Amino acid sequence: MSLTLLEKFHDPDLCKGLLDKLHSLVDREFRFMEVCGTHTVAIFQSGLRSLLPEKIVHLSGPGCPVCVTHESEVNAFIDLAGRDDVIVATFGDLMRVPGSKGRSLKKAQADGAKVAVVYSPPDALKLAADHPDKTVVFLGVGFETTAPAVAGTLLMAREQGLKNFKVLSFHKLVPPALGALMTDPEVNIDAFVMPGHVSAIIGLEPYRPVAEVFGKSAAVTGFEPVDILGSLVFLVEAWKSGEPKVANLYPRIVRDGGNAKARAVMEQVFRTSDALWRGIGLIPGSGLEMRDEFEDHDAKKAFGIEIVESPALPGCRCGDVLKGKLRPDQCPLFKKACTPASPVGPCMVSTEGSCAAYFKYSMD
Amino acid sequence: MSDKVLLDYGSGGRASQRLISELFLKHFANPELDRLNDAARLELDGPLAVSTDSFTVDPIFFPGGDIGCLAVHGTVNDVAMLGAEPLYLTCGYIIEEGLPMEDLERIVVSMGAAARHAGVRIVTGDTKVVPRGTVDKIFINTTGIGRIVADPMPSGDRAAPGDAVLISGTMGDHGLTILGTREGLSFEAAVQSDCASLNHLLLKLVREIPSVHVLRDPTRGGLATTLNEIAISSGAGIEVQEKSVPVRAEVSGGCSVLGLDPLYLANEGKFICILPEADAEKALEIMRADELGGDACRIGSVTEQNPGKVSLVTPLGGKRLLNMLEGEQLPRIC
Repeated sequence: MSLTLLEKFHDPDLCKGLLDKLHSLVDREFRFMEVCGTHTVAIFQSGLRSLLPEKIVHLSGPGCPVCVTHESEVNAFIDLAGRDDVIVATFGDLMRVPGSKGRSLKKAQADGAKVAVVYSPPDALKLAADHPDKTVVFLGVGFETTAPAVAGTLLMAREQGLKNFKVLSFHKLVPPALGALMTDPEVNIDAFVMPGHVSAIIGLEPYRPVAEVFGKSAAVTGFEPVDILGSLVFLVEAWKSGEPKVANLYPRIVRDGGNAKARAVMEQVFRTSDALWRGIGLIPGSGLEMRDEFEDHDAKKAFGIEIVESPALPGCRCGDVLKGKLRPDQCPLFKKACTPASPVGPCMVSTEGSCAAYFKYSMD
Repeated sequence: MSDKVLLDYGSGGRASQRLISELFLKHFANPELDRLNDAARLELDGPLAVSTDSFTVDPIFFPGGDIGCLAVHGTVNDVAMLGAEPLYLTCGYIIEEGLPMEDLERIVVSMGAAARHAGVRIVTGDTKVVPRGTVDKIFINTTGIGRIVADPMPSGDRAAPGDAVLISGTMGDHGLTILGTREGLSFEAAVQSDCASLNHLLLKLVREIPSVHVLRDPTRGGLATTLNEIAISSGAGIEVQEKSVPVRAEVSGGCSVLGLDPLYLANEGKFICILPEADAEKALEIMRADELGGDACRIGSVTEQNPGKVSLVTPLGGKRLLNMLEGEQLPRIC
C-alpha cells in the first residue's frame, strides 16, 4: 500500500529507524528547547514522549503566543471588552487567559461583554461591516506567523473604508526573545527546535546568531513525528560534531529566505517596538506597533490604552517554564491550584501551553 | 396561521389551539396525545428508564438533520443505552417570537418522522412563545420513557478488566458538521451529521448478547470524555488504540484546519459498547449487519492498569493520557 505524503511523516517504520538512531546517539543529557508550543504538544500527542531517550530533556520555550501575552495586556483586553461601544474579536485560545485579577474574556463575556470568537482576521473585518454602530477590535496576539494576516486585513479595512475596525496590537517577535533567553545566565539549553510556522515567514537568517554568537545549534522543523525525530537526530549529531549549525529541515513549507511578501505587508503596517513578555519582562524591539499611517485603525490610540505593568500572579511560575528553567510538573501549583478548569497562568490555558500539554497528555 | 410565530400562539387561547391542532397533532398523532387531556395515561410495568434532554443547537438546520429529529434521537438514544426499549416521549417547545412558521413546520414534521421511525409516541407536550431575543429561535426539551429489557442493565460502572471496547462507527461527524455550518466553513468534502435513533440496533444487541456491560453514546465531549466517565465510574483503566478509531478523512481534515480533536467532538448516532472479550466478535457482527453500525470496530480494552484513566496507544506505539475535555474546544491562534 502506498502512503500519501502526509502519512509518510507518521510512518511507524520510518519513526522506529529514527528512534533507534537517536537511542544509539544519545549518551549524555541533552537539553532541547522547543521554542514553539505546538512542537511540545505534537511530541505528547504522537506518543513520542514515551519513546524518546530519557536523557533528552524537553524544555518548552517562549513560542506560545498566548503564554507570553503579559498580564497587563490581558487586563487591557478585558477592560476594552467591558465597553458598551466595542465588540472584541479574538481567536478562541485567548478566552480563558486570566488577567492579573484572575478575570478572563470568558468571565467578562458572562458579565455581558461582547466578545466574538473568530477563525481569521478577515472574519473580524466582516463583523465590523455587519455592525457599523460598534467598533470591532481584533486582538492582535501572535508572532510573525499571524502578524502578516492581521496587516493584510488592516489594508483591506482601509480599502473598504471600515474605520470601525481596529486592532489592538500586542504582536511579538521570536528572534529578540531567543536573544533574551541566550543571554540569561540561568538558562541552560543545548539546542533549539525552531518553530516551523514562524520560520515560513522570517526564514533562517534571524537564527544565525544562535550558532554564530551563542554556539548552539537550531533546527527549523515541522510538526509531524518524522519531522521532530529528524530534527533531534540532527541536533545531537551537530552537538557531537562540535560545530553548531542552523538548518532548515522543513523545506516543504519553509524557504531559507522566508516569505518576503508577507514580511513586506507586515512592515508596511507595523514597526517594531519594545514589548512586555509574560514571565520574561520587557524585551527591547520584540513587539509590533501600528505605524502612524494606520492610526485610524489603532485601538491603542482610539481608546487611549496604556499598558500599566501589573505584577505577576502570586505563585505562578509560567515565566520559569517559558525560559526552560522549570518543567511544568515541577511547579508547586501544577495540578493543584492550577488546572485547565482554573488556570493560574497562561501555560495552563493555551492549547499550546506546556503546562496544559503535561496536564492533558502525561500519564504520570 | 400567520407566516411567523407570534406571541399569540403561546397565549393558551384560540391561536394556541390552532397551532396545536393544525401543526403538532397533525404530525405527532397517536391515541394518547389525541385525547388532549392535561396528562397522558400510560400503561407501564417493570423497571423503567427515563431521560430528559434540552436541545439548543445552533444552527437549527444542518446537513444530516435539524433540531427536531435531534430532539428525538438524543433522548431515544439516552433511554436505549440502559438496554431499554424507548416507548414514549414528551416534548416542550420554547419558540422565539418571529420564527418563520415554515421553519417550525419543518422541525415538527422532522420530529414526527423521527419518532415514528424510532417507534416511540410523543404523548404530551407544551408550547411557549417568548419575546424576540429571549431565546435563540427555538429550544426543545424531550423526556423519554422506556422499559428496561436487559438484565442486568448495562451501566458505566460495570466496565471490567478484560472487556473489549467497541464503537459503532466513525467519530466526530456531528460535532464538525455543527461547527462548520455555524461558522460558514466549507470543507473539501461534505461532512454530515450522523444523528440517528439507535434503539432498534441496541435492543437487538442486548437481546442477543445479555453480557453487555456498558452502552454509552459519546455525545458532547465526544469519545474521549465518555470513556473517561466510564473509567472513573468503573474504577478500571481503558486503553484505546488510536489507529483503530475510525474518523472520516474529511472530518480529520476539518479538525486539522480548526485545531480540534475529533475524539472530543460530539456524535449523535454512535455508541460505545463494552463487553467481555469472548462476545466481542458476535457483537461486532450484529452491529455491522445494521446500517447504523456498518463501520463498527474494536478500539481497545479495559485494563487493571491506570485505574480511572484512559490511555491512548498512538500509531508509533507511544502511550499517552486521553484526558477529559475541559470546557469547549476553541479554535487556536496558529
